[in-house]
Amino acid sequence: METPYQNHIDKADFDHVYEPAEDSFLLIDALEKDLEYLKKKNPTFCLEVGSGSGVVITAFGMAFPQTFCLSTDINFKACVMSKQTAAYNKVNLDTCNMDLMSSFTDNVFDVIIFNPPYVVTESEECGGCDITASWAGGTKGREITDRLLNMIPKKLANDGVFYLLLIEENIPDEVVQIMFDYGYKSDVVLKRKVRNEQQLVFKFFR
Amino acid sequence: MKLITHNMLTSKCLKGVMTGYPLAINATDVKVKEVDFNPEFITRVIPKLDWEVLWVAANSIGHGEGLPKTLEPKFEEDEDLLKRVHKVLLEVEVEEGNLTCPESGRQFPISKGIPNMLLTEAEVQ
Repeated sequence: METPYQNHIDKADFDHVYEPAEDSFLLIDALEKDLEYLKKKNPTFCLEVGSGSGVVITAFGMAFPQTFCLSTDINFKACVMSKQTAAYNKVNLDTCNMDLMSSFTDNVFDVIIFNPPYVVTESEECGGCDITASWAGGTKGREITDRLLNMIPKKLANDGVFYLLLIEENIPDEVVQIMFDYGYKSDVVLKRKVRNEQQLVFKFFR
Repeated sequence: MKLITHNMLTSKCLKGVMTGYPLAINATDVKVKEVDFNPEFITRVIPKLDWEVLWVAANSIGHGEGLPKTLEPKFEEDEDLLKRVHKVLLEVEVEEGNLTCPESGRQFPISKGIPNMLLTEAEVQ
C-alpha cells in the first residue's frame, strides 16, 4: 500500500487535528499485511471511525478503488482535513461529523477501522470534540473503545472485519474477551514497540 | 455528502425516535464532481441500497431525471441506467443544506459537504 501525500496540509492545522504518527502508520502497515485477505473480501463499504487527518482511510482507498470509503470524526476540523487528504490523493471519500458511528444504518460496513484515543487519562479528560478527543482514552485508555466495541455487532456486516489499534495499557486480553462474548474471533495482525509503548493491531471477524 | 452516504444515515439515536429514516434533504448548494465510472461497483452496490430512498432523495435535490422509481430485474445489463445511478450516487454532492429527522423534525446541518450528526447529551437515547 502507498502512503498518501499530505503536503497539502498547513502544519498549523495539526494544532487542531491529530498529526499522523507511528500508530497511524502501524495501522496502514497492518492493512497492507492483510491485503490479500481484504482483496478476497472485495469490500463494498469501508468505514474509518475517528479518521483525524485521513491518512489511514486514504491509504485504504488508494489500495481499494472498488470500495466506497467513509469516515467519521467528532472534530469538524478533522472531517475537513480527511476529505482534503482523500481528494489530494484522488480517493473518493465521504465524511460525516459524528460520534463514532452512531448515525449509520445497521450491518452495512464490510470493513471498519479504528485507531482510538488510547492514552490512559482521567475520565474527565475524554469525551470532548477537539484535539484532546484524538488521544484521551479515560480509564484504561478504553472508555471510547469500549463504546465502539458495543456497536460493532450492529454496524459491521455479518462477514465483515474490524481492525483496532491498542496499546498494552488498554489490556488487550479484556478487549479480546469482550469481542469473543459478542461472537468474534480475533488475531493480532501486527505489533511494534514505539519508544516505551507496545502498539498492537487486532482484527476481529466472525 | 453524496447520496450513497445519505442512503445509510439515520437519526434513530435521538431519544424517542424509532427509525429516523430516511432523513429529508434540503439542499442550498449541490455540485456535480466527476468520478470514474465503475459498472462493477455500481452493480454490486445497488442491491445493498434502499432504492426508493435514493429515488426520493435524488428527486428532492433535482437530480432524479432518468431514474426509474422501481428497478427492473436485469438492471445490470442496462449500461445507461448504471451510468445514471453512478452519477446520482457518487458524482452529485450536497455541499450546503440540512437533513431533517422524519419523526422529530431535528435538523442536521450540512456544511462544506459534511453532515453534522452530533447530538447533545440530552438528545441521546
